[in-house]
Amino acid sequence: MSSDGAGGADESATESDVEAAFADGPALLSYVVAGDPDAESTAEYVRALARGGADVIELGLPFSEPIAEGPTIQQAIRRALDAGMTPDRYFDLAAELSEEVDVPLVCMTYYNLIYQYGSEEGPEPFVAAAAEAGISGLIVPDLPVDESAPLKAACEDHGLDLVFIVAPTTTDERLGRMLDRASGFVYVQGRLGTTGARSDVSSETHGSLDRLAETDLPKAVGFGISEREHAREIVAGGADGVVVGSEFVDIVASGENVADRLEAKARELKQGALDGATEVPEPEGK
Amino acid sequence: MSSESKFGEYGGQYVPEALMPAIEELTDAYERYVLDNEDGFMDEFRQRLRDFGGRPTPLQRADRLSERYDREVYLKREDLLHGGAHKLNNALGQVLLAKYMGKERIVAETGAGQHGTATAMACAHLDVDCEIYMGRTDINRQRPNVFRMRIHDAEVNPVDIGSGTLKEAINETMRDWATNVEDTHYVIGSVVGPHPFPRMVRDFQSVISEEARDQIRAKAGRLPDSVVACAGGGSNTMGAFHEFVGDGDVDLVAVEAGGSGLAIDEEEELAPHSASLSTGDDGVLHGARTKLLQSRDGQILESHSVSAGLDYSGVGPELAHLADEGRVTPVNVGDDAALEAFHRLSKTEGIIPALESSHALAYLEEHPDELGDLVVVNVSGRGDKDLDTVIEESARRNLDAAPTMEVFDGEQ
Repeated sequence: MSSDGAGGADESATESDVEAAFADGPALLSYVVAGDPDAESTAEYVRALARGGADVIELGLPFSEPIAEGPTIQQAIRRALDAGMTPDRYFDLAAELSEEVDVPLVCMTYYNLIYQYGSEEGPEPFVAAAAEAGISGLIVPDLPVDESAPLKAACEDHGLDLVFIVAPTTTDERLGRMLDRASGFVYVQGRLGTTGARSDVSSETHGSLDRLAETDLPKAVGFGISEREHAREIVAGGADGVVVGSEFVDIVASGENVADRLEAKARELKQGALDGATEVPEPEGK
Repeated sequence: MSSESKFGEYGGQYVPEALMPAIEELTDAYERYVLDNEDGFMDEFRQRLRDFGGRPTPLQRADRLSERYDREVYLKREDLLHGGAHKLNNALGQVLLAKYMGKERIVAETGAGQHGTATAMACAHLDVDCEIYMGRTDINRQRPNVFRMRIHDAEVNPVDIGSGTLKEAINETMRDWATNVEDTHYVIGSVVGPHPFPRMVRDFQSVISEEARDQIRAKAGRLPDSVVACAGGGSNTMGAFHEFVGDGDVDLVAVEAGGSGLAIDEEEELAPHSASLSTGDDGVLHGARTKLLQSRDGQILESHSVSAGLDYSGVGPELAHLADEGRVTPVNVGDDAALEAFHRLSKTEGIIPALESSHALAYLEEHPDELGDLVVVNVSGRGDKDLDTVIEESARRNLDAAPTMEVFDGEQ
């Protein structure tokens, strides 16, 4: 799906592709690293995730210093870089996929790649190329709201969403500033630390969701989700979606029957999210 | 706050959101305790630098170097600071600040091991838990410092990712900090990272130039023509320069590691040097916008130097700014010249310099006429930690300056 919603006719009811992905119930947002282990495989995996019910696909553009990632994704990024993934090849892959797959693609990467791209200084050339390739939004883990003005301006010019990550430590004052600039959805970091599959859902997740209860934008929880039960619990706790990365990246790393397993895993997680939505949320009054 | 977080276009706060509240808390603590001396923080810091650290360090006239180069050469002897390097100035400052902030745990990264050692030492002195991240390559080439950290009761966590040097150790320490941010302070080891680190580390290190400025006036009756310091991340550099920045007649010369050459291997994503100040491009790494060794696509290149302490792909944002402004002159010398300078100072002055500092001394050898009649060289640390590397690398290169060691080399 191309992001031609940018500057569309009815500005008053502007809802981006990414935001629209949450319209029909709880969403599954899945992440894989572009180029892990090679671009052709990534294309196949993205199609499999879409078949399994992923509503948004985060396509990681690998950066050599991924400080927000745990070991699983660090290794995937290393594999992709070793296999020759570059921003230009990434945009080629995204352009191909955005034509084929009816799910919005979001680029997750680090700021240096955005800043460095193209001949002129600043984020504009990267955002223009991303829009051209059919990318619908950006997530930049090392770009807090305080430094985001140039990128936000470029994203607005090209009709891309800029998604901010809300951490358990985020103060109310910072949360307000982030929500002023956020679009697409709010990425709720379920726990402190780096990415990586965990065996439980953190209590910090519920606190974060409570603080966002009044927010109009959809809220998706990530960092540590790997099982159907996690997805159910998070959606039952008030989230509009779940973000799953390391679990899928682990399947890619295994190299065995990858596409089928990705599809099955996506289906399982999506079902968990749907199960959670049918529950009456308990008011977690402490 | 945003204007103060930058040096011109450089600096800023590019970190994951989870760390931002801690960085805001640290900024507040920096302003209150360091800048405003709240609760007498700076008084206690300076008292501990004297009594525990052994400050002031001497400014020594190097008689034989002065004769050799036919000019007055003075050495600022940071190698005589407790622990054997300037690193204690910053480590003591930050660990003390963490205590004032009520943090219970310290994490730090280290390259050459001097910062890790200084941090472990400061933590033992101030009774705080300490964990150090160090790349596997650096562990192998700086073993004495690993033992020193362990002896001070610090945990040393090897980092196996990438080239196993300082860049990877910083990444891993940031990950630990992001996980344990509520009770943990990250003692960054140089004038790098997000605001307020570059400013705060510079402030803790500026005691070097504060003393040197007074000492050279007392000894030579005037300010120097130039101050020379090696530059990796740049903490001894900014420490040695800061109080002279306003003295327009004093040249500030930052000597980077030219390694084995300046040409970059784009295919291998490898720079055979660490000269990010003189050859790097503007980019964002480890929390700040600064000059970086990077590929055209923005991937960070692995750097190289015979000196583990200079082996880093970035440089402090304030140095990047001062270099752009023309206030600091970035230069570089190669591995061989640094090794020769190591042996020269050891033989002629009875001082074994760190391989880092040897770069500054090598520039003095190569370009004495460009430094004027009165020169201050910052000897940032002592070279005991580098002996294994120096013996091995000198033998490999058949350096004339090096003593022959084979017959003592444990042959049965």
